[in-house]
Amino acid sequence: MSPNPLSTESGRALRRLRIVLPAIVLALGLAAWELVVRLNNIPPYVLPGPVLVLQTLIGDWTVLSQSLLTTLLTTLEGFIAASVGGIALALLFNQSKLLEYSLFPYAVILQVTPVIAIAPLLLIYLPQQTAVVVCAWIVGFFPVLSNTTLGLNSVDRNLAGLFQLYGASRLQSLRLLKLPSALPYILGGLRISGGLSLIGAVVAEIAAGTAGAGSGLAYRIAESGYRLNIPRMFAALLLLSLAGIVIYGLLALISHLALRRWHESALGKEN
Amino acid sequence: MDEALSLSESHADIAGLSVSLQGVAKIYDSGVAALGPLDLKVRKGEFVALVGPSGCGKSTALRIIAGLSAPTSGQVRVSYHGEAGRPGQGVPGQAIGFVFQEPTLMPWTSVRENVRLPLRLARVPGREADARIDEALQRVGLLDFAKSYPRELSGGMKMRVSLARALVTDPDILLMDEPFAALDEITRFRLNNDLLALWRNLRKTVIFVTHSVFESVYLSQRVVVMTSRPGRIAAEVSVATVEPRGEEFRTSAAYADYCRKVSAALAPSYSGRSAL
Repeated sequence: MSPNPLSTESGRALRRLRIVLPAIVLALGLAAWELVVRLNNIPPYVLPGPVLVLQTLIGDWTVLSQSLLTTLLTTLEGFIAASVGGIALALLFNQSKLLEYSLFPYAVILQVTPVIAIAPLLLIYLPQQTAVVVCAWIVGFFPVLSNTTLGLNSVDRNLAGLFQLYGASRLQSLRLLKLPSALPYILGGLRISGGLSLIGAVVAEIAAGTAGAGSGLAYRIAESGYRLNIPRMFAALLLLSLAGIVIYGLLALISHLALRRWHESALGKEN
Repeated sequence: MDEALSLSESHADIAGLSVSLQGVAKIYDSGVAALGPLDLKVRKGEFVALVGPSGCGKSTALRIIAGLSAPTSGQVRVSYHGEAGRPGQGVPGQAIGFVFQEPTLMPWTSVRENVRLPLRLARVPGREADARIDEALQRVGLLDFAKSYPRELSGGMKMRVSLARALVTDPDILLMDEPFAALDEITRFRLNNDLLALWRNLRKTVIFVTHSVFESVYLSQRVVVMTSRPGRIAAEVSVATVEPRGEEFRTSAAYADYCRKVSAALAPSYSGRSAL
């Protein structure tokens, strides 16, 4: 399509709509929620209105921000472990088929077993902080592993032939051919695993919370539940969602910056 | 493993020959006989075109010469850097340039870095590499596009980059596997002329695989016509004409005559079992 002024104009209008429309839905939803709570005089321990949730978020900020930091740190540790582990394992698999055949089934088993069922066991055998990070890692590493494997196997056959023709060493093929080819796939895997690491951290925190100590956001949610502090539950939940959105946004941005010069996924439709 | 077959004997001096195939056959694991037995001798500096129906093993022959694929039987001898007058100009060990049907560029890096690839793999020091890259890009007329990314180029320009990359090591032998097949005819004619000009200047041994009769006659000194699977040599047509060739050759009666000869040699392939 040629970029005539009319179509860019309508393109900009469309983009604005994509922001404005969800915002309107959000505003309407919140207003309806507040209205229902006020009109029916619903007590806060049954359902707090959005205004009260916001007040709680501000009022309990010291407690909640501490917890947010704890959860984010766990997520980050789990995510880094998942990325490094997933990419490293995929590289090993790529170098040795025997290793891949021996270990891949167990990676799948680890992935399909629900982490919430593994968490209590891990909490018995590992120190609590380690167990939580391990949970985040278990959930996060598989998408990185499988995407990186896919990427490493999707190398252009002729390019691989060219590297062979010019006598490239294994390390050269890896660094100059396989890793760059796999980059879009790896970044896609990281984007998924970022959000999953947060989920893993939350699941483990909830499991740990019932076992005793803990101060992450998920623990706050569980604790507030026992105390019927429903507004704080909502506030903590809100923070968790925001954290998830920010993580996804950051990874999407990194992916875009890394690929914008060459990969189809990051190019505008006009090109 | 694959290289051993073609390159271990590569220094064996075979007088005046650049490539020699003797009884080379390729049978795939599936049992399909793809090629040969094929005997082919290519002199140093000769431009040979391989023409044949699709699936006749032309590309397989090329891959075998390049050492990318091992023949099931037969002997492959590739000789290079033996010529007096240009000792050691090429990058050691990089005596063969290969141009694929697709440009086969690395999309994640610039034209310059794509052309640098063979030098980088051969660990050629930076300054020497830069000079070679400039020269190769100059030859294909793309010096101004060195910083562009492949996606920003047209199909013909991408093919030129691919050609520059094959030339950058100053190889003795240039193997081209239907390089212009995917291009429109106008671009193709231009690249044909450019390739001929390059060959006149550099006098490299060129083995050019194509399924176009017209292209094969226009470019080469000798057209080798192959039969359909398994590919063997059906006929050879030597194209002798006034050099340098140009547009007047493309429209001459002699040209039409050669094309008719090559087509006639190909005719049994049309009537045979379809390769599709």
